[in-house]
Amino acid sequence: MDWPYIFQTAISALSFGSFYALGALGIGLLFSVLRLINFAHGDFITIGGYALIVPSSAVVATLSIGGFHPALLAICIIVLVTVVALLSYFVVFQHVQNSSPATMMIVSFALGYVLQNVIVMIYEGRPKAVNLFPELTGPIQIADGVSVPLLQLVIIAVTWLLLIALVLFFRRTAAGVQMRAAAEDFRMARMLGVRGKRLIALAFILSGSLAGIMSLLFVTQKGVLMYNMGLSIMLFFFIATVIGGMGSLIGAVVGGYAVGIASVVLSAVLPEDVRPFRDACVFLIVIIILLWRPQGLVLTKAARERV
Amino acid sequence: MSELANGNGLTLEARQVSVRFEGLTAVDSVDETLHQGEILGLIGPNGAGKTTLVNAMTGFQLPAAGEVLLGEKDISKLTPHWIRRHGVARTFQAGRLFREMPVSENVEVAAVSLGLSRRKAHAHAMELLEWLGLADQAEMPAGILPYTDERRVGIARALALSPQFVLLDEPAAGMSDLECDDIMQVVREIPDRFGCGVLLIEHNMRVIMGVCARIHVLDSGKTIARGTPAEVQNDPVVINAYLGHS
Repeated sequence: MDWPYIFQTAISALSFGSFYALGALGIGLLFSVLRLINFAHGDFITIGGYALIVPSSAVVATLSIGGFHPALLAICIIVLVTVVALLSYFVVFQHVQNSSPATMMIVSFALGYVLQNVIVMIYEGRPKAVNLFPELTGPIQIADGVSVPLLQLVIIAVTWLLLIALVLFFRRTAAGVQMRAAAEDFRMARMLGVRGKRLIALAFILSGSLAGIMSLLFVTQKGVLMYNMGLSIMLFFFIATVIGGMGSLIGAVVGGYAVGIASVVLSAVLPEDVRPFRDACVFLIVIIILLWRPQGLVLTKAARERV
Repeated sequence: MSELANGNGLTLEARQVSVRFEGLTAVDSVDETLHQGEILGLIGPNGAGKTTLVNAMTGFQLPAAGEVLLGEKDISKLTPHWIRRHGVARTFQAGRLFREMPVSENVEVAAVSLGLSRRKAHAHAMELLEWLGLADQAEMPAGILPYTDERRVGIARALALSPQFVLLDEPAAGMSDLECDDIMQVVREIPDRFGCGVLLIEHNMRVIMGVCARIHVLDSGKTIARGTPAEVQNDPVVINAYLGHS
């Protein structure tokens, strides 16, 4: 066996898994308090990417925010995407929050397409090359003959830091305990005095900040912007939350890692001819998992009772 | 909290409250005033409209007619959320706990949402649970509690941050005699301990007669009697209502 290759594949799988886990968490946070499956989440990530550059028809983009000092750049993008997410609540979702989950999901689709078209109007539809954080895209040697892309390690580290931060938030803070209660029974939480609107806005802030962080990671990784790039990854986030178990944040993380690891491992082991159909194979696995466990991998106690 | 929250001698009043469901009058022109510091019993046969009246007094049900007054303010059109934040709490027949959260956090949620820090909320919750004899179960997931303990957690949750009024919907249902004695002791202590007025819905006559200073009897949505336990117990109209239904 080729150990460096296996190690590199493992790091790659963890990094993909981490990215999907962050995405699935962004979806799961809103679903847990609002029963909203936000298909515009991917487009929030796209917006964060496009905010880096100056609108123009040039193929290689000129940086705007992307030219700032890295720390300032990161803060600007995260804040901007968070504001977009929060605005989406006050302008759009707030008005349908008492509708069925299906209605809210369709509204989020519509919002996503509006956002994509706004991007096309401002930036035009052609893909644009962006060179963000070039110092992160190179390989780093971690042992003799073993090197991995630095960015993958950064993605893993950032994800785990965020996971720890979220766990602390949910366990230790007043808002966190209220959010867990609201996730279980929103109406009851409100009857006890929990301020529902404030809590939902906070969920949008958390989800939006995750999307902003993902913008930075995703654009650095891809090096290119497409107006519809958020939609394709959103599909994977959604699948991750579904196989993890809708309504469980741990499930979202588990599902994210499952999808990410499956993608990378399949790329590594599938025969050359089948590799272009890797995503189809991933979806096939998803279907099998859901046939086996329709409620997802991680069951919430509430779901368990309904079974 | 608001100016309403600190007034002494505050009252929660139903004034000519009626609730109708598709032509059926569930509560019919009921008057009652609950004072701070007292325990008022609300009894009546099944379907008499007791829970519906409590629903109307806590924002869960819009009355078809009449007013619900907290102090001078008509709260009949306000939400349960507003009403809870302004000092009127209630429990539910079904415990409706957050089953995945520990018992202590079930109480803490109410305390933090009403303004306590996480640390203070925890101390407050533990105090309440200790008083209710649930301190040992504080760290258990609420979902595995027995039915009767669920109701006690519901009481702790309602009493977080000492509301001005608490409306208890059949806290003793399904309890053994021994557990009833415990819950009677708990209810008796509420006015002094929390300074609030208690409205108690209960089918168990021993509990009602044992803790209430005065009792309001409903039948088919109408007030048929009110008075001390002794007066109500010997009232032929009340006896007839109970016998007639059973």
